[in-house]
Amino acid sequence: MKRVAIVGYAQHPILKNAGALNEVELIMPVVHQLFNDLGISQKDIDFTCSGSCDYLQGAAFAFVEGLSAIQTNPPIKESHVEMDAAWAMYESMLKIQMGDAETALIYGFGKSSPGDLDAIISLQMDPYYISPLWPDRVSLAALQARVLLDQNVITSEQMLASVIEARANSKNNKNALITDLIDESDYLKNAMVSSPLNQLDCPPISDGSSAMIIASEEKAYEFTDHPIWIEGIDHRIESSNLGSRNLATSKTLQASMDQLNLKNIKFDVAELHTQFSHELPFLKSLLNLQDVPTNLSGGPLVGNVMMCAGLDAIGKTYESLKNNQFTHGLAHATSGPCLQHNMLVHLEAQK
Amino acid sequence: MSAEDIPKDYSESPINLEYFYTAGSATTRFLNQVKEGNIVGQGCPKCKAVYVPPRGSCPRCGVATDIEVPLTDKGCIESFTVVHIPIPGNPIVPPYVCAMIRLDGANISFLHLIQDVDIENIRIGMRIQAVWKPKEEWTHSLENIKWFAPIDEPDVDVATLRFHES
Amino acid sequence: MIQAGVIGVGQTKYDAKRRDVSMAGLVREAIDNAMLAANLEWDAIDAVILGKAPDMFEGVIMPELYLADAIGAVGKPVLRVHTAGSVGGSTAVIAASHVCSGQFKTVLTVTFEKQSESNATWALSPRYPYSPHINAGAGGYFAPFIREYIRRYDAPEHIGWKVAAKDRQNALKNPLAHLHIPGIDEKMVSDTPMLWEPLRYLESCPSSDGACAMVITAQDQVGSRNVAWIKGMAVRSEGTLSAGRDEVNPQAGIDCAKDIYNQAGIHNPFNEIDCAEIYVPFSWYEPMWLENLGFCDLGEGWKLTDKDVTAIDGELPFNMSGGVLSSNPIGASGMIRFGEAALQVMGLAKDHQVEDAKVAMGHAYGGAAQFFAMWIVSSSLD
Repeated sequence: MKRVAIVGYAQHPILKNAGALNEVELIMPVVHQLFNDLGISQKDIDFTCSGSCDYLQGAAFAFVEGLSAIQTNPPIKESHVEMDAAWAMYESMLKIQMGDAETALIYGFGKSSPGDLDAIISLQMDPYYISPLWPDRVSLAALQARVLLDQNVITSEQMLASVIEARANSKNNKNALITDLIDESDYLKNAMVSSPLNQLDCPPISDGSSAMIIASEEKAYEFTDHPIWIEGIDHRIESSNLGSRNLATSKTLQASMDQLNLKNIKFDVAELHTQFSHELPFLKSLLNLQDVPTNLSGGPLVGNVMMCAGLDAIGKTYESLKNNQFTHGLAHATSGPCLQHNMLVHLEAQK
Repeated sequence: MSAEDIPKDYSESPINLEYFYTAGSATTRFLNQVKEGNIVGQGCPKCKAVYVPPRGSCPRCGVATDIEVPLTDKGCIESFTVVHIPIPGNPIVPPYVCAMIRLDGANISFLHLIQDVDIENIRIGMRIQAVWKPKEEWTHSLENIKWFAPIDEPDVDVATLRFHES
Repeated sequence: MIQAGVIGVGQTKYDAKRRDVSMAGLVREAIDNAMLAANLEWDAIDAVILGKAPDMFEGVIMPELYLADAIGAVGKPVLRVHTAGSVGGSTAVIAASHVCSGQFKTVLTVTFEKQSESNATWALSPRYPYSPHINAGAGGYFAPFIREYIRRYDAPEHIGWKVAAKDRQNALKNPLAHLHIPGIDEKMVSDTPMLWEPLRYLESCPSSDGACAMVITAQDQVGSRNVAWIKGMAVRSEGTLSAGRDEVNPQAGIDCAKDIYNQAGIHNPFNEIDCAEIYVPFSWYEPMWLENLGFCDLGEGWKLTDKDVTAIDGELPFNMSGGVLSSNPIGASGMIRFGEAALQVMGLAKDHQVEDAKVAMGHAYGGAAQFFAMWIVSSSLD
């Protein structure tokens, strides 16, 4: 199998409201930063792929507007997923493995501030039975949190710890949106949104963008002496019918772990796309990461750019491996209610 | 069977979403000028192409268009269509002419209306100028221009309008 | 590179309103037909790739989540592609890329649109407070490009009528087509009202509900199945508002076609391609794409159309199925082109089969004629 490496990653500072910036103005700075870091231009890129969601900002073709940030003369090999940009990376990796590209640029962007994210995300559900009830994203997450608490998979102390640690870890992340520290009493006096989730258990409404460059083994060393290899990657989706899922576990994540043979790997670091406080202890336990430093960037609780946060988990893992003497990192990206669709990425610093 | 006898095979589930739209900083710069009755395009620092209305980038070069380029409100019709059907949400009564307007000095065109002329006399390459609303109605929108109308100048060969990097 | 081929194509009946099925039922109808054609069990499917135009067309965000069960993706990888009108084509390319990467043996891909469940014109026209309300629909957007084509090459107006009549005559041979207009001819087209000059009512595509699915597999999985081998596939994009862009003859289309011809070893597409399913939502795009895709010189496209070269019994048949002009479930329209090309080289196109078709092309475009996806399929691997 053709090996693929991450050679660069850039993230826009996460904003509460990027109002004054359109798609182009959000995307261009991160792409240019990557190009400058690596000393390259769009002409060195064989395939470009983006991830975004039209509904977030209420534009029928947000990605078409976004493409204007990229040099397209001559025309480029390009595609778009209406998903988190982690899946744009996945598609790009396939293009490299099939030999259609040696290098790929991936970018994601999202603006949740212009609309009502709770209402918008309700439209992810079954349009005949569920969406007309407008179940908001926090309430759906709360269903899973309740199941996990009731079945003693996690504890409320762990949820509190997720929130406190996320704030503390935000110091490692120059792009974090939420950086103020809190203690237990701050947490306890916070208003419930949907029990058992209070405001601090939920991610902030965020605007931003991120970009990444990946390359084939032959090309990777032209960009950097220290490529970070995508050693394994797997993603799977669960049923859309919440009633048919066991929300206390994830069959698909277990299948991905087996596929990637994760139980034999000692991870040094992990970044998980855990948007709600209960998801962190749940996934740490499921993925056997109890002793692994996780979400050192603060994770989605300190900045959660929709359509980027999954790519950011991969990018932050890449940065951790690159900047430390770490060897193995695990990244996770997710989509849909109650962790419906999950991707695991095993990154490795050296052969 | 009358319409009432047909069993209803659907239900309505209206979706109302409100968005707070923002134009972006390049467009905001442009519209602030439009509010004053000025058309200021934005130029690419690399290939010098001039964009109006600007989106903030030159897709030829993948860079921000950070040069302000004042233009007049005259130009020509790059192409056009006569719209004969009503479009939902569009208040204009058909038939009307929707044209690709290429302002003098600009390197892309934008869609706007052509009026004050018999439809059958409209041609590709025809010279036109903006007809503005009264100043007191000006806002942050190209709707400050009611439409474009022909002016008495010789037609332009549109083949000469194609941008070539100098 | 790993060789991949199409072993099953499944389509729904296309219609203005498929009220008899839900969105899930619609995609499943196409999938079941594709799985039957491929003669495969569900266990053989390693991943599912879903394509669709804007979510606002149905009001369901990221529909792969809701459709996970209906598309048979539960427990498997699923990818959702959205590249505007070209999406049906680019989804097929991405599905095949899954196989060609070596990571997957067999994949299912499906695209759909159920336009009757929402209002596409509304979805395409958000009322940005700072933009003039002169949007005149897709036809209003493309009509000026068509007018410029006609001006450049002095093309006579009956060319558009001719394409519109020809594609609808072909649709009469395809029971799945949305529009079946008995007795359709040039005169009938020219008698219909003008919508966006120079486009008349019957020169424009309908708005349809429908889905199209394909099963794509690696060479070592084919067995004795009938296969359409993918000999070349590519995508190209260019920015919407780019100075110097020629909307009439976009460079991205030229480059994309050259890429697939090179991959397939085609030197003279006119002679070496037996038939093509080309994305023609408005009649005049047939001559425009004939030129853009290198089947003839600039300005010669309308003459080929005029000489019946693109008729189903002509030298280079275009849109034997009736094309986008006869069925247009937007998200699926590109994949229908790719799938119909496959059916031709598999010899499965029934009444609209081109005799002895060995090499066929599928084509899709989208956005402001700026996104392109194409492939070449062949009945043989060599």
